[in-house]
Amino acid sequence: MPSWLIGNAIAQWALYSVLLLLSARPVGGYMYRIFTGQRTLFHPVLRPVEVGIYRLTRVDEAEEMRWYTYLLAILAFSIVGLLITYGVERTQQWHGGFFNPQGLPNVTPVLAWNTAVSFTTNTNWQNYTGEATMSYLTQMFGLATHNWMSAATGIVAAVALVRGLARRTASGVGSFWVDVVRCTLYLLLPILFVFTLFLVWQGVPQDFSAYTVAHTLEGTTQTIAQVPVATQEAIKILGTNGGGIMNANSAHPFENPTPLSNFFEMLSIFLLGSGLVYMFGKWVGNTKQGWALWAAMFILFSVGFFTAAGFEQNGNHLIASQAHVQTLATSNQPGGNMEGKEVRFGIVDSAMWATITTDASCGAINAWHDSFMPLAGLVPLTNMATGEVIFGGVGAGLYGMLMYAILAVFIAGLMVGRTPEYLGKKVESFEIKMASIALLISPANILFFAALAIVGTWGTAAIFNPGPHGLSEVLYAFTSMNANNGSAFAGLGTGTPTLQPAFNFYNVTGGIAMLIGRFLFLTPLLAIGGSMARKKTVPANLGTFPTDGPTFSILLVAVIVIVAALTYFPAYSLGPIIEQFLLNAGKTF
Amino acid sequence: MSTSATSQPPAGSPQTGTPRRRSSVRGLIVTSILMTVVLMVGTGIIYPLVMTGLAQVLFHDHANGSLIKNARGQVVGSSLIGQNFTKPQYFHPRLSAAGKGYDATSSGGSNLGPTNKVLIKNTIAQANLIRKENNLPANYPLPADAVSTSASGLDPDISPAYADLQVPRVAKARGLSQATVLALVKKYTDGRTLGILGEPRVRVLQLNIALDNTKK
Repeated sequence: MPSWLIGNAIAQWALYSVLLLLSARPVGGYMYRIFTGQRTLFHPVLRPVEVGIYRLTRVDEAEEMRWYTYLLAILAFSIVGLLITYGVERTQQWHGGFFNPQGLPNVTPVLAWNTAVSFTTNTNWQNYTGEATMSYLTQMFGLATHNWMSAATGIVAAVALVRGLARRTASGVGSFWVDVVRCTLYLLLPILFVFTLFLVWQGVPQDFSAYTVAHTLEGTTQTIAQVPVATQEAIKILGTNGGGIMNANSAHPFENPTPLSNFFEMLSIFLLGSGLVYMFGKWVGNTKQGWALWAAMFILFSVGFFTAAGFEQNGNHLIASQAHVQTLATSNQPGGNMEGKEVRFGIVDSAMWATITTDASCGAINAWHDSFMPLAGLVPLTNMATGEVIFGGVGAGLYGMLMYAILAVFIAGLMVGRTPEYLGKKVESFEIKMASIALLISPANILFFAALAIVGTWGTAAIFNPGPHGLSEVLYAFTSMNANNGSAFAGLGTGTPTLQPAFNFYNVTGGIAMLIGRFLFLTPLLAIGGSMARKKTVPANLGTFPTDGPTFSILLVAVIVIVAALTYFPAYSLGPIIEQFLLNAGKTF
Repeated sequence: MSTSATSQPPAGSPQTGTPRRRSSVRGLIVTSILMTVVLMVGTGIIYPLVMTGLAQVLFHDHANGSLIKNARGQVVGSSLIGQNFTKPQYFHPRLSAAGKGYDATSSGGSNLGPTNKVLIKNTIAQANLIRKENNLPANYPLPADAVSTSASGLDPDISPAYADLQVPRVAKARGLSQATVLALVKKYTDGRTLGILGEPRVRVLQLNIALDNTKK
């Protein structure tokens, strides 16, 4: 057994897993209370605010929406947010001295489009350098607010689907407006309040003062950028948004200063996704239904982590042999592939973060994935390509996993030759059609745009690392945007305005890919929710395939792995897989 | 399928789900606009200002970037942000791709992939430089962090192994005993948090400040 396996990797993985497991029930139970309209601890303070918002926005609290009205509300809410953000970006030069002290010009149309879509869809793909492109008003009002709103949108979409699955002979799935307001006030706000202050305590700055010029020991100067980081960092992580305030994202010491801040940021990425799975089980009246999904997610997370950590610790044999560099971890140095990593995180925390941020749709990074070993980089790529269903983006992870669950019962039904059932309801051709559409949208979206990018200089001009790694960069970009992740093989120069055709190509197509990945994926799943809500439950009998036990968890894992492997294997074999073989043979580019 | 549990309505959850009224498209659009504006003002303006006030009161030093001042009250850096050191009497940090090196307004990594010739070339060049500066034999195994570019370009830390190999050079340049320098390295070394999280590391800026304050 390699030394890293018996050492710190297992200890950190175990601690993380135990805390995640312990958090699922309280967080999920609390979510259930919020979304069924029960009283919470915060009602004395926040209930008047909630009622006030309904009055201001003309919302009828008792309204019940059909699934397509719910979807329309999601779309209307997203489009309005998108347009406001686009407008704010395009009018920067008139923001004035207080909100735009640097006098930054208007954001160009293609970049404003890409960025507005990116933040609205919970992707946070960033084709710009924040401090050099966006005014304070754009950052605070145009971008940071989407971290809250897109997170809430994702969560309540999952809640609506769960309502549909839990209800019987009902036509409504809840009110989008009420769900969004409750999610923001009772769920996000209290957690963020504590989390933000925790981050400041660990060293994350939160001030509005001007940048400080430090006089260094060797007699030069260093301008230290301080911005209100903590408030944005907390929601960016908890809401699985991932858009960095600093270019280096959560690798920057101001965004993620200590191993402890790193640990709780990693925990926060999964916190709501994991809680939602428990909430689902509770809502459908059998928590084991939730735990079966949770177990499948946990297996996939663990496999991903140990794969990534193993290849990263193994390091680059060319560097080890030609420069005499240690790859084994010892008590006083991390070993492995430290390119693009921070010493305080080392190999284990960097590999774990990369796995978690792509299991979920977070996309924040604490190490550069472009510099990962080929097969370690394949882990985040595969995580995103399977739809980020491993705890997943807030809300999106659960509704994606329920799509796989419906496919899994369908496949089980085919094997035993009976009509498949899920949660006591018959799964019929409409549901299977919708699940298949949802399943096919991602590969069509990813592979179409990636293929388009590599057939012309409009796409290939942006490639930074030559050889098969360049294809990995392009595949990663569209996989990330389709999955609304936002992390990148960041060498890809999609944000370089001097590469004019490539700049336009990636900004325009990326915007389309993100919209498809968010809303076209969501639509069939809400349709399933609406259709299931109308159905009667049928009593379970001997022929019913149980979906609340380990057999189902394993079947679910198999379905996910097989579906993803068959779809993407040809593309991956030309990217990361062949790169690993070539590296083993000592070939460089 | 766990039988009875799924066929019973969960206590307290509204199971009716009958639409009370159809929302009009116009109503939907009006509410969308109002809701977006209300949430944007709440989460984009009120919330960050309140949290800034609280952070400034509760953790004033950390909220302002953990700045370090010298005896004259001049800011020499931040305890969280690495800065560049090239002189032999200072401990050297890792390679940086932030701007022209340790530019704290332009954080970032090299993004070089594992099969990129440039990566191998840069790594060998850095390894040779370290061996030359520290008088190390050609087969001396170097720690991985010493020859690689950090993620932020502002990594404030190096591994204890990278610090150890610099001790003789720093001691000689300052005319201090190796034991004195080694004791300071120990003092500015952090172990894993709770014995588990993160990696052992040496805080380079604080160590170098302490060296400057050490009399021969």
